[in-house]
This record gives sequence, C-alpha cells and structure tokens, in this order.
Amino acid sequence: MGESIVVTSGKGGVGKTTTSANIGTALALEGRKVCLVDTDIGLRNLDVLLGLENRIVYDLVDVIEGNCTHQQALIKDKRCDTLFLIPAAQSKDKSAVSSQQLRDLIAELKEEFDYVIIDCPAGIELGFKNAVVGADQAIVVTTPENTAVRDADRVIGLLEKEDVGKPKLIVNRYRPQLVKDGGMMKVDDVVNILAIDLLGVVPDDESIIRAGSQGEPAVFEAKCPAGRAYRNVARRIQGEVVPLLPLEKRGGFFFKLKSWLGIR
Amino acid sequence: MSNLVKPGVTIKGTKEGLLFLLDETRPFSALLEEIRHKLEHVSSQIWDGPDTPVMIKLGRRQITRDEEKELRQVFSIRKNLIVRSIEAEGMPYLADSSSGIKLLCGTIRSGQVLEHRGDLLFLGDVNPGGCIRSTGSIYVLGALRGLAHAGSEGDESVIIAASVFRPTQLRIAEVISRPPDEWDESEVGMRFAYLLDSQIAVDSVHDLGQLRPELEWREKRFKSL
Ligand SMILES: Nc1ncnc2c1ncn2[C@@H]1O[C@H](COP(=O)(O)OP(=O)(O)OP(=O)(O)O)[C@@H](O)[C@H]1O
Ligand SMILES: [Mg+2]
Repeated sequence: MGESIVVTSGKGGVGKTTTSANIGTALALEGRKVCLVDTDIGLRNLDVLLGLENRIVYDLVDVIEGNCTHQQALIKDKRCDTLFLIPAAQSKDKSAVSSQQLRDLIAELKEEFDYVIIDCPAGIELGFKNAVVGADQAIVVTTPENTAVRDADRVIGLLEKEDVGKPKLIVNRYRPQLVKDGGMMKVDDVVNILAIDLLGVVPDDESIIRAGSQGEPAVFEAKCPAGRAYRNVARRIQGEVVPLLPLEKRGGFFFKLKSWLGIR
Repeated sequence: MSNLVKPGVTIKGTKEGLLFLLDETRPFSALLEEIRHKLEHVSSQIWDGPDTPVMIKLGRRQITRDEEKELRQVFSIRKNLIVRSIEAEGMPYLADSSSGIKLLCGTIRSGQVLEHRGDLLFLGDVNPGGCIRSTGSIYVLGALRGLAHAGSEGDESVIIAASVFRPTQLRIAEVISRPPDEWDESEVGMRFAYLLDSQIAVDSVHDLGQLRPELEWREKRFKSL
C-alpha cells in the first residue's frame, strides 16, 4: 500500500502547486507510481503546470459525485508513464466534496499507487481540512518571509490535531544573496521557529516560471537548480539521506536532515 | 472501632476482582488502619483464596508516593491480594510533590493558547501569534516570541521570564504592554518582566534578587555572629 502526502502552506502563492508537480514528477522519474490529486477546487492549476489541461474529461468532483470511476478521471502524464493526475473541478466550489468522500478516494488510490500527492488550497478553511483528512504525511511549504512563516506555523498547529505524521518543511524561493544582506530570513531561523524537520530548500529560480508557462516541471531540466532541489526532496521522501546542495548551503547554515519516515 | 461508625473502607466484589472504596473525607492514616484491621483480623475466605486483583478507588483524594508505598505495604499482608490499580476521581492519583511549579514542554504555535493555573515552567518556544497564559508566574526555557499573560486572575506579584525574550506583547494582571519597536540587540541573556508602579518593567534576571529579596539565594559562607 502506498503513502499519501498532502502539500500545504497556509499562505497562498508560496509554491504548493509547483512543489506538488515537481515532487510528483521526480518520484515518477525514479519509477514510482504516483498520483497527483488537485484539491484546489475552483482554482485548479496543477494540470496547467503539467501541461495536461487539454486532456481533462472528468475531474475530482465527477469522481466524488459518481459521474465516473476514479480510473476514468486519471490523466496519464505526457512524459512519465507512472505519473497520473486527478484534476480539480473548475466550475464548482469547495463545498462540493466532503472530507469523508475524499478520505475514501485517497484510500482507494493508495491501493494502486506508491505515492498519492495531494495539492492543498491556500487557507485553513474547509478546503484545507478536506485535503488533509486522507493524508498520512504532510509537507509544509513556506517562503523565507515573516508572513509566510507565521501562516506555516498556524498550519503546523492545525496539522497536530489531524491524524497525520509530523509535517516536514520545504523552504521555497530562497535567495542567498538577499539573505546575505539581511533582506530575507535565514533558513535556520525559519527552521528554528517552526521546529519541524527540513525536507529541502528550493532556490528562487526563473526556470520555475519558465517551466510553468511551458507546462513542463523543472525537474526535467538537468541543470536547473530548483529542479535539482526538488529531485533531492524526492529522494529524501523515499528515505535516502541526501546532503543539501552546495547552493543551498551558501547561506552559511547548518542543520540535520532527518530521513523521511514512511511508517507511522 | 465502634460498629455505629460508617466504615471508611467499603469492599465490593466484582468480576475483575475486589474493589476497595476509600472515603475521601477520612484521614488517610485512619483508612490504612482500617484496611490493616480488616485484612489481619477479619477472617474470611476471600483473604485466603486464589490470587485476586485489587482495585483501589481514592475518591477525590490524591496521595503522595510515600502514602502509596504504605498502602501497598498494607495489602502485602495477604499474599493473594494483588494491587492492580489505584485511581482518584477525575485526576491523577499521585499528588505532584514538586513545589507547585508545573513543567510542560512543546511549541506553542500561532493561534494556539496554553492556559494554566499556577506557576508554569515551559520548555520550548512560544511563537508569534501563540499565547501562554497563567494565573501565576511564567518561566519559558526557550524563545518567547508570542504573547505571555501572567497573573491572569489579578495577581500582581508574578513575573514572566524567558531565555530568549522577544514577546510581541506582555500582560501582567490587568496591565498590557508591548515591547519597544526596536529591541536593543546588545541585551543578551535571560530577562524577566514584572510590575512596577502599575507598569510592566523588563530587567535582566541578575536584578531579580534586588526586586524580590525573598527569592534570592545566597551561599551562607560566613555565619553571621
Ligand atoms: N522556486 C521558485 N522560483 C521562482 N518562482 C517560483 C518558485 N516557486 C513558485 N514560484 C512561482 O510562484 C507562483 C505561485 O506558485 P504556486 O502556484 O506553486 O503556489 P501555490 O502555493 O500553489 O499558490 P495557491 O495558494 O494560489 O495555490 C507561481 O507563479 C510560480 O511560478
Ligand atoms: Mg496552488
């Protein structure tokens, strides 16, 4: 049986969808069977980042309302044979699904896939609660900014009440130069405040934006720093101990990376 | 013991074993005596039968470790009685023997509130947006970055201390204060807040002894004559 991982953040626009797409693709590139589930109903993005928008026939709400089976809604990725997506509905709102329904669907998907990655909407309301309920593990994404860290902290507190393992942290859009002159929080300051294990640091990288407009996740590009960071995250998720990239280290921080624990 | 007095110890037989109900209004020593008397002098088949589990219910009473030891000793008179559980009603049966300071640890995150009655020693961080509140004093071994409210029911003699003192706001009794907009970064080390003329003041813990002489510890190397 596979493992379900929710990618969440509290604050919007910090890179949940980017992270879901890249981690999912990276895991699939290593031969894992991966299903991405976009729960951001009404604001679907994941299909766009993967370049699969024009293949959508059924969506998450169709599956839950019984208009189709989940097999019918699964969209196979263009490039990876083991990567699938269940897109969010665009014309419904978040109340169209209940947490119990999502829990059941995720449980079914876990039977078939090694990893079920759930892209969570921003905020801490219904959409967040629904996305979290079926997850075994949680990844919290934040940028090294006060407001994002504050919201991440709130979300970690809420996750403590849910039946998920201790969340792991991804610091996204890190800019070493800006950190050096004091304009951005250091990664170890972020880790200190949030007091959870760090899963990876993803640099701010324009190829992420380029990748977004081309519909091809950055992990495909061998030289792209953000892509490499995500590939390392994927390896850590599978339990490998991978040191931080030299680029990530340039800020002069030091901390332990614990391996991802698959079992609770 | 007169037969007219209602017994302080009631024994009930249940499927799981023997239930000893101890009257919380009697002195504990009297109860021990009563149990001893029953076990030693009242000859009954139960006392000599096969191994029997014993559940002890203390009512709304907590006991100390020493009292627990005595209690278990009394039951050791009868080898076949095995004390399986000791319970108090709605609270742990062991009274905390420490000086009344409660020790808790963890991280108080944004949106979370820790409320406590009495003095509280917290090992961990209080993050921005988090709140720690107590009727007594608050000592944080960690970073205080959120809100701390000590003396929440009006006690003005309490203090708030933290190893990393960066609160967003402090409250002592009814008084509210926020730190200056710019912290003086040169002030390192543990600091504490207290009430002085109805205002919150913050000082280094080195000065606590002057403000609260009764708390100060001194090595008594020279005995006064
Ligand atoms: N490491 C990065 N470097 C540069 N740009 C990035 C990076 N990560 C994300 N972005 C950009 O930030 C924007 C928001 O990213 P994304 O959609 O993944 O965030 P989100 O958390 O899913 O947002 P929402 O809360 O709206 O769902 C996108 O335009 C994306 O290209
Ligand atoms: Mg998104």
